[in-house]
Amino acid sequence: MTEFRMPSLGADMEDGTLVEQLVATGDPVHRGDIIAAVETQKGAIEIEVFEDGFLDKWLVPLGTKVPVGTPIAVIRASDTPDLPQPTDPTPVAPPPEAPQPHDPAMPDVPETPSIPPPELPPQTDRQRISPAARRRAAQTGFDLGGLATDRIISLADIPDSAPKPAPMSDMRQAISAAMTRSKREIPHYYLADTVELTRAEDFITAHNADLPPDARLVLGALYVRAVALAAQKYPAFNGYFEDGMFTPSDAVHLGMAINLRSGGLVAPALLDATQGDLDALVLRLKDLVGRVRQGRFRARELSDPTITLTSLGDRGVAGITGVIFPPQVAIVGIGTPGLQPMIVDDTVQPRRIAQITLAADHRVSDGHNGAKFLRAIIKNLQHPETL
Amino acid sequence: MTDDSIYTFLIKHLGRIAPEIAVDDIDPKADLREEFDIDSMDFMTLITALGKELSLPMPEADYDQMRSFDDLLAYLRSQTA
Repeated sequence: MTEFRMPSLGADMEDGTLVEQLVATGDPVHRGDIIAAVETQKGAIEIEVFEDGFLDKWLVPLGTKVPVGTPIAVIRASDTPDLPQPTDPTPVAPPPEAPQPHDPAMPDVPETPSIPPPELPPQTDRQRISPAARRRAAQTGFDLGGLATDRIISLADIPDSAPKPAPMSDMRQAISAAMTRSKREIPHYYLADTVELTRAEDFITAHNADLPPDARLVLGALYVRAVALAAQKYPAFNGYFEDGMFTPSDAVHLGMAINLRSGGLVAPALLDATQGDLDALVLRLKDLVGRVRQGRFRARELSDPTITLTSLGDRGVAGITGVIFPPQVAIVGIGTPGLQPMIVDDTVQPRRIAQITLAADHRVSDGHNGAKFLRAIIKNLQHPETL
Repeated sequence: MTDDSIYTFLIKHLGRIAPEIAVDDIDPKADLREEFDIDSMDFMTLITALGKELSLPMPEADYDQMRSFDDLLAYLRSQTA
């Protein structure tokens, strides 16, 4: 038996509300299955299970907000017999309470603070509410309690009223907390250069000529791969700075700053961004962006980015210098590419140029090394066939 | 598909991507992506959906003919005619 706990999805997360139980009691679960959804400040997060077995029981009712680390379900291992177990009299659902001290699978669980008792669900008749509807209700201050409980409440049920002069939304608060901490704690330094993208664009045009729309490459996928490969080579820009110490990461989980139509942004990770070919990468990128725009992430995607890329796409402005997302130590910014005159073989030629910047943590690296990292990204983008 | 139904169809797909923008409020001759605030990823989603439902290849080489709302509408009408 293992307890499945409310995961921590970042240093700024204290609690989460269980909003979906996607597996019924007694059903089998497999490592990587999504078994629940949790509403946090950042939206609805899909939660994966990390082992094979059976879902023995849910410990937390739907709609209940519990602190990070609270057991929310019991998973029975596949090889445990499905019988009463007289030798093990304890596994009766304990009330959700303070986080257990350190579970190696959950390094982020805060260990010290005393935790208030979990809040009761806001309504007694269990409501089923889609994440998008829940978010809009939270943004507009709409009272969900007045709605019927005999069907799933969708976005259409929530009036899209103009936001009142309300306090900051949850999203705004989450961004504010992370960015304030970053500017307070991280001694940023900044580097900038330009990258010529003519070859990258030609590569994409040739690659896409015979592909159906859903398989086509986008420039963003080349950015992702170029940054990820460089980050693997220069580990001082890929990892976490926590408790006064930098821990580089072997894998590159590339956080992508993704703008949300409803306001705000999130930067979930494209996991293992150095792995697989470009065709596979672009499919994963589209899947991630699509899910994020619908407000669905997976837990690891929010908790695990090791470095972030912020790109302005092709309708932005010339340049962006990012703010590091703690506990990461670097953020790469790529501006909107534009046609610029460039001297090639002693003649002036029109070329597609983008500004590229690096903001990095001076506690971990210096400008000299940062310049090498930035040049490695540029070189990767100028040799798209190596990506 | 008739001209009218292609219009309705295009509005439906744009509405999925940019639900908060009414087609009556946009300039049909201006840049489509600017008017609907859609990025390259959204545009790919739109092109994929249109291509699938209308059985059109929507080649990248034709993107220049899909710049504004009116352009895209005319393109879809000509390709399905």
